[in-house]
Amino acid sequence: MTQQDYSLAELMTVAAAEAFRGNGEVLATGIGLLPRLAASLAMKTFTPELMMTDSQSWLLSEPNNVSGRAASDQQAQESWMGFSRIFDNVWSGKRHAMVGPTQIDAYGQTNISALGGEYTKPKIQMLGVRGFPGNSICHANSFFVPNHSRRVFVPGECDVVCSIGYNPQRLPRGYSLDDIDIRLVISNLCVMDWGGANHQLRVVSLHPGVSFDEVQDNTSFDLAQVDNLTTTPAPTAEQMAIMATLDPANSRAKQLKDNPVGDRRRLEESNNV
Amino acid sequence: MDKVRSAREAVSAITDGMTIGIGGWGPRRKPMALIRELLRSPVKDLTVVAYGGADVGLLCAAGKVKRVIFAFVSLDFIPLEPYFRKARESGAIEVSEIDEGMMLLGLRAAAWGVPYIPTKIGLGTDVVRLNPQIKMVDSPYDDKEWLAMPALKLDVALIHVSRADQRGVCQIDSPDVYMDDWFARAAETTIVSCDELVDSAHFHQGDNARSVFWERNVTQMVVPIAGGAHPSSCDPLYGFDMGHFKEYAASASGDGIGAYLEKYVSAKDEQTYQSLVGGIDAIRALPLPVY
Repeated sequence: MTQQDYSLAELMTVAAAEAFRGNGEVLATGIGLLPRLAASLAMKTFTPELMMTDSQSWLLSEPNNVSGRAASDQQAQESWMGFSRIFDNVWSGKRHAMVGPTQIDAYGQTNISALGGEYTKPKIQMLGVRGFPGNSICHANSFFVPNHSRRVFVPGECDVVCSIGYNPQRLPRGYSLDDIDIRLVISNLCVMDWGGANHQLRVVSLHPGVSFDEVQDNTSFDLAQVDNLTTTPAPTAEQMAIMATLDPANSRAKQLKDNPVGDRRRLEESNNV
Repeated sequence: MDKVRSAREAVSAITDGMTIGIGGWGPRRKPMALIRELLRSPVKDLTVVAYGGADVGLLCAAGKVKRVIFAFVSLDFIPLEPYFRKARESGAIEVSEIDEGMMLLGLRAAAWGVPYIPTKIGLGTDVVRLNPQIKMVDSPYDDKEWLAMPALKLDVALIHVSRADQRGVCQIDSPDVYMDDWFARAAETTIVSCDELVDSAHFHQGDNARSVFWERNVTQMVVPIAGGAHPSSCDPLYGFDMGHFKEYAASASGDGIGAYLEKYVSAKDEQTYQSLVGGIDAIRALPLPVY
């Protein structure tokens, strides 16, 4: 296997795992298969202190595989962790969640509740705010965006603001913007953080073959970029092997439409042959 | 001390305009047989508090609901609950959309007899803008603003458990209790359906009493209905019925709720319902979900 033979899903997973580097003993929650795989990869490699649940009611010493499990399979349970106890943990702040919002605005506010129309009669009812309001004001959050587009990165504010962001107009009395802790945004085009001026969304690295202009064109608001804009690192052979072990049924290949290659320049080369 | 009732007797405690809380979570351990009995009753204008699944969808679709207090309504593997979605998108119901943790705090406040619990959850989000009835308060101990999550007092709570005795001692074997204990404590009247009715001596054995999460004086009625959570799960006894949920979801874009209710609920008792979905043995054979 050459190092270039990795999928975009694998590249994004490895980039997303970096969000958990150095986090220490926090509950790492990845919502969706790739964010969960990313948190598991981080726990298996550079942040063994992380804590993780079985997505149901037990805290695990070792992450479960994200695919190919049977209900009767053993798991490395270390304590009961039902949903009400999750909230006790959430409110303590010792958690980092990686979630996939439907909309994200320039303030880092997100939406998974409803789209369009009037709130009393939305065009599309989605899940509801779920735990986003509490998560966003209590602990660190990162976002995973499989389809970087203007429909996700919306102008103005989200249709329903489910999570607090870096919006001075909405800041509660007694709070500063630095009390909000939004970490990384991993999309199918790049990795970003909120480290621009006044917490502006900022491109940190571009996936192989992606330009800053392409990212900007697919975002409804202005992006900053770091001075030394780099290319998102390819997965190492060790990371590829661990992902394969954690995901034996290769469900990661089904998460992005048509399972694109990680380095699109490779595709262009082969098309030119 | 005999709290055992039929589903019809129990559900007759629910009257127009009441606020009911429903235990379980999404497609997991929902008191669905009690919900079906409610669908057969003439009750209307309910306010429903739930971590919602098909319980909320069905009640909305059948026109039983005035207002839903919710953080999500979802069938998990079918992320958007089809009939809740229809009710929202047609503007048929009022809603109060709050964070999952705010709901827990509201139930606790009701259970503890305090008017509200201060929290930072919800601050800076549309939860504040869309719920003008939820007020902010000052703290005597700092200079921050706090959201005063009001008590969610329930007239009735509906809950499904693994087993209970006739005095209302309830046991949950499932890996998670969810917020069922708080729904039970927040309610004036708690109606519990159980997969198994047991003799009180059951709780004297081994560690059985450790999986009793609220006291018997919190439970007013016990309704024994084996398989009563179907099509939701009652882990470890049975998983949720994916096939049934798919049929239910498909009906929303097909013949509509009328056809579904006609086929499974209206003018039918629970025994007939269960025979239509394969019988109790088929329910008990439903595989547990893997997450």
